[in-house]
Amino acid sequence: MRETFTKGMARNIYYGGGVFFFLVLIGLTVDTVVSLPKTDNSENLTEQVAAGKRLWERNDCIGCHTLLGEGAYFAPELGNVYTRFGESTEAIKGFIKSRPKNGIPNRRSMPQFNFTDEELEALAQFLKYSDGIKTARDWPPNIQG
Amino acid sequence: MKYESQGVAKLYFIAAIGLFVGQILFGVIMGVQYISGDFLFPEIPFNVARMVHTNLLIVWLLFGFMGSAYYLVPEESERELFSPFLAKLMFWVFLVAGALTILGYLLVPYATLAEITMNDLLPTMGREFLEQPTITKIGIVIVALSFLFNIGMTILTGRKTVITLVLLTGLAGLAVFFLFSFYNPDNLILDKYFWWFVVHLWVEGVWELIMASLLAYVLIKVTGVDREVIEKWLYIIIAMALISGLVGTGHHFFWIGTPDYWQWLGSIFSALEPIPFFMMTLFAFNVVNKRRRDHPNKAAVLWALGTAVMAFLGAGVWGFLHTLAPVNYYTHGTQITAAHGHMAFYGAYVMVVLTMISYSMPIMRGHKASNERAQVFEMWSFWLMTVSMVFITLFLTGAGILQVYLQRYSEAPLGFMVTQDKLAIFYIMREVAGLVFLAGLIVYILSFFVKGKEVEVI
Repeated sequence: MRETFTKGMARNIYYGGGVFFFLVLIGLTVDTVVSLPKTDNSENLTEQVAAGKRLWERNDCIGCHTLLGEGAYFAPELGNVYTRFGESTEAIKGFIKSRPKNGIPNRRSMPQFNFTDEELEALAQFLKYSDGIKTARDWPPNIQG
Repeated sequence: MKYESQGVAKLYFIAAIGLFVGQILFGVIMGVQYISGDFLFPEIPFNVARMVHTNLLIVWLLFGFMGSAYYLVPEESERELFSPFLAKLMFWVFLVAGALTILGYLLVPYATLAEITMNDLLPTMGREFLEQPTITKIGIVIVALSFLFNIGMTILTGRKTVITLVLLTGLAGLAVFFLFSFYNPDNLILDKYFWWFVVHLWVEGVWELIMASLLAYVLIKVTGVDREVIEKWLYIIIAMALISGLVGTGHHFFWIGTPDYWQWLGSIFSALEPIPFFMMTLFAFNVVNKRRRDHPNKAAVLWALGTAVMAFLGAGVWGFLHTLAPVNYYTHGTQITAAHGHMAFYGAYVMVVLTMISYSMPIMRGHKASNERAQVFEMWSFWLMTVSMVFITLFLTGAGILQVYLQRYSEAPLGFMVTQDKLAIFYIMREVAGLVFLAGLIVYILSFFVKGKEVEVI
């Protein structure tokens, strides 16, 4: 680089740019958090849904599935599974309950988690709540996730 | 080695390489599971293998960063490390905590691990990359703070250079942003939003500061180019990293229920994110061309140049490929993301740590560089790992494009599992490339034991 562009100038761009854009990020974060109630389906965020989220975490579901596109890519997207399963929490519960303990030869299979009925209901309600979040352009692109 | 305390880095590097091997073994296991879904089921389900694979990566890179800092800082600061004892103590604390966590993943069901470690008191587990039990997370914070204290005291009471100050800023940022891993609200969007404050602001923010300063340090050492020139480059690279990367976080906020303006902001700023990586490439080639000496450690120079190129390809090019919102609408959460993740992590962070190891390990073992035969082995491992990673990325990209078409783009979208079956050939080829990577890693380890005519003793 030429001498007209000094180290001092580079340093100032670093500090100035870094601080400025960090403040921009904080400002946008505040705005985002404030406007979340419009999209986040928090009116349906019940105790049961929260319990479902804990179960989701305690069993590391994100280690195979994506939820709103984030997670692992080994198993189907679940942000719209409620819609895909015909808006039926019973269908979701039935699927989870019916997984064979020793898997399926040569195929991927979800483990059998031996959930209680109460746990199954909480998990299904959590997935229903997630499906109710208003994502931009109604992502995912279609029902297949 | 100018300062005796730099030697603690050796411990860190040996642990890093050991954990790297574990990471790759689990990668290979998952590769098989992508082909034959019931492999090792139900003993090691995919999610467990993945946790081990990604967590080992994070832990060994952290070992690599810490080792690099312990090696570089005394020399730059022109004084011994503030407390070599603390550095060694924290090494063992981190290693034991890391090993116990990995064993926990493998030996008991994850839900049991959550119960044993009392996750309910402060639930932080079960989120991607942050699967560690809360108690491990607290351990990480303690190790990180002790490390920062040790490094900080050394830097602030010694000669301050641009490299050490940038490194310190990056490491401090690493520790600070990790604190967001303790925030886990019930509201899924909030949870996801602030989860990125750890993940994105690490790998597309403060880690770039660490990476750039490590690269700058090695380049000064192996080329003898004037420090003023290198520091100017360093500043402008990290300036661009922060200017693009901070608001660039927005490319993760397209489809998680966050406001629409992120589509524009995320697209525009993350489209700028390749710039700092491209500058790193220019920088590395520029200073190597202007070198004032031919350093006998040719392998280290190769790693340094390789880091710059591969980081640009993996993080820059493959990141840009799917970062614009209209493209990401189709590619979000597909094998395209996996392709990008693999080459970006390898090119930027794996390679920069291996660059530091390549430069410093021979010196810590009493030579300016490894003997020629050992360097030939090391360079072979460079090419085997790097080329196979390029192929892993290409096969996953192929899988991803097909997946996007079949599952999301075509007139009659197919279901997830039906689509996966049609991607089998790509997964098989990816696994072959993965095995070549493993072979490259074995050659890499052998390179430390190859005997030959030693280069001048220092």
